[in-house]
Amino acid sequence: MKFSPNRRHSLIAAAAAAALGLIGTNAAAQKKYGPGASDTEIKLGQTMPYSGPASAYGTIGKLHAAYFKMINDSGGINGRKINLISLDDGYSPPKAVEQVRKLVEQDEVLALFQTLGTPSNSAIHKYVNAKKVPHLLLATGATKWADPKNYPWTLGFNLSYQAEGQIYAKYLLKNKPNAKIAILYQNDDYGKDVLKGVRDGLGAAAAKMIVAEATYEVSDPTVDSQIVTLQGSKADTFINITTPKFGAQAVRKAYDSGWKPLHIINNVSASVGSVLTPAGLDKSVGLLTLQYYKDPNDPQWKDDPAMLEWRAFMGRYYREGDPKDAANLYAYLTAQTMVQILKQAGNDLTRENVMKQAANIKNLKLPLLLPGMGLNTTPTDFFLVKQGQLAKFTGSQWELFGEVLSTSD
Amino acid sequence: MTNNKDVIRRNALSRGQLIGLAALLAVACVLPFVVSNYRVFQLTLTLVYAIALLGLNMLTGYNGQISLGHGAFYAIGAYVAAILMDKFGVPYWLTIPAAGAVCLAAGFLFGLPALRLEGLYLALATFALGVAMPQILKYKGFEHWTGGVMGIVIVKPEPPEWSGLSQDRWLYFVVLVCLVAMFVIGWNLLRGRIGRAMVAIRDQPIAAQAMGVNTAMVKSLTFGVSAMYTGIAGALGAIVIQFVAPDSFNVFLSITLIVGVVVGGLASISGAIYGALFIQFIPNVADEISKAAPWAIYGVFLLLFMYLMPTGVAGFIRIVGGRLRQRRMR
Repeated sequence: MKFSPNRRHSLIAAAAAAALGLIGTNAAAQKKYGPGASDTEIKLGQTMPYSGPASAYGTIGKLHAAYFKMINDSGGINGRKINLISLDDGYSPPKAVEQVRKLVEQDEVLALFQTLGTPSNSAIHKYVNAKKVPHLLLATGATKWADPKNYPWTLGFNLSYQAEGQIYAKYLLKNKPNAKIAILYQNDDYGKDVLKGVRDGLGAAAAKMIVAEATYEVSDPTVDSQIVTLQGSKADTFINITTPKFGAQAVRKAYDSGWKPLHIINNVSASVGSVLTPAGLDKSVGLLTLQYYKDPNDPQWKDDPAMLEWRAFMGRYYREGDPKDAANLYAYLTAQTMVQILKQAGNDLTRENVMKQAANIKNLKLPLLLPGMGLNTTPTDFFLVKQGQLAKFTGSQWELFGEVLSTSD
Repeated sequence: MTNNKDVIRRNALSRGQLIGLAALLAVACVLPFVVSNYRVFQLTLTLVYAIALLGLNMLTGYNGQISLGHGAFYAIGAYVAAILMDKFGVPYWLTIPAAGAVCLAAGFLFGLPALRLEGLYLALATFALGVAMPQILKYKGFEHWTGGVMGIVIVKPEPPEWSGLSQDRWLYFVVLVCLVAMFVIGWNLLRGRIGRAMVAIRDQPIAAQAMGVNTAMVKSLTFGVSAMYTGIAGALGAIVIQFVAPDSFNVFLSITLIVGVVVGGLASISGAIYGALFIQFIPNVADEISKAAPWAIYGVFLLLFMYLMPTGVAGFIRIVGGRLRQRRMR
């Protein structure tokens, strides 16, 4: 059997031990329970779009349930079984408010885990912070989830959009300091978030280096005219902050028009299947993007032990899930992180301590992250994922290059 | 014929009905004190939906005009309340009539051209409105007001000190008072001359015109009043949820409202309450029965309701009540 739970468990145990060592011993001493925790059970809650426009993401919640079943089958966390109550919000903010109130007030969960979507999380943001319920590992990349000063109970998971923009900017400053940059971005919070990251990363050089900016609306049919405008600016570098449909259009147009700049496409649109294939794989050669976890479709990880372990899990506990869907790998990572937080909390399972542990993750090296990467938080820094590695498209796959980059370098 | 009888019968409430209503109101007043805040919140939402459903029922049930876009008026009401509170610091209770007025005007204006459309064609025209609304709310030009995709977070109103209630219970009573007021207004409107004109236009438009009913005016006004009810519900809903965003008001909301009207009972005032209970609680029940296919379960519920109660819950109760009375007379 290729599946080797022992190895993974020893890894997590080692990480947990290391983390416990760092945060001291005050957590382990006596048993303390907040709402949703007992000698036998840890109750977590989440809302997921099992129905509605974003129902494709529902697989994340299903994978969590499967993962916690595996944890429970092997004895749970310190003998306590995880009980994940996962409710459908249909990607509708009012429904999310109702369901989260049910989870907090009626089911009395210890913490919320991976509530999905920027609109739904925006709707519950104030409420959970007023109720002081840990609102952990949100499945959205908006930067506002890392604001410990104003929202000390909310901590997101994804590499934030701003961090991604910053990393691109730092790469350019170092490797192409005379770049003339053109930027295309989607005119909403997501697009502006990435743009802000790029500007912050460039710092004083931004005014000189950015020679053109263009925006589009989600309702626009194409971005062809924007590409032509940007090309007219004589830029030699193109940062492409778009969602998949527009990403594909921009890649194709930038190539067909003969512009051929150094083309950076953001992670949102880096999918080989849904963006680069429709744009034309030959036209995508040389694209750059940022990744932070292993891509299940990437042949270089085919025999990677972590990937084999994940596939074995998929085959055993989540057979109906699609092993080509990166969302299932993402969900696995987030569930592992949650388990780590709960292990760190030891026998002090109060909401305060769970939040404290979530804000004290020290270099958690999950094997499905890219090699060399670790997850870190501190009480003043709620950006869990701060690192990524650039990858270049070869015509058939993304090839990682350079070293792991982070926003703090 | 039956409809005429209905109208006449509703002209006055019998003593039994009055006692029943008083008892219902008493239960509604006591209920929030015996359940948790979360349940109070759900009940408040139910009352909000009931107001919206009454509005839609005037249009669809009494006047026979099908609207698949009432979610848009709900959204307008919600945004009026949110923008007034967030940008202008208007107290929450003042935003409710404001939302009603804006929606009355919007509904009346939309109703004017829509008059040329009958039945399914009107349904499609309103559907267009419902589909368009979320994207209109995201429009860049309005972003300063609407907050774009990110929506607006509203501060939950504090209950006055003399009440000694929690926020949720206070809001429940605010909504309950609105509901009672709106129902009394609706009842007066529907049992009188205008109500009869509305029903006449639905059943026999040509005869109604021949009798001197100003069909165009009544239809547009009905549309306006219906939108006003829905808008007031939208404003209350926004205050209760404390958040508005375009994604809250997609076309499914419009469909949900029409489902509520039909399940509750067309052309029935009390039907609005039954319909609201259905649209508030059945999706939750369905989600509890099956995570994999909550909407399939919901569909089964809907089919059962339609087969067992083809005239809606209100119609079903009326039939059962009638049978009981007949039996007693024998």
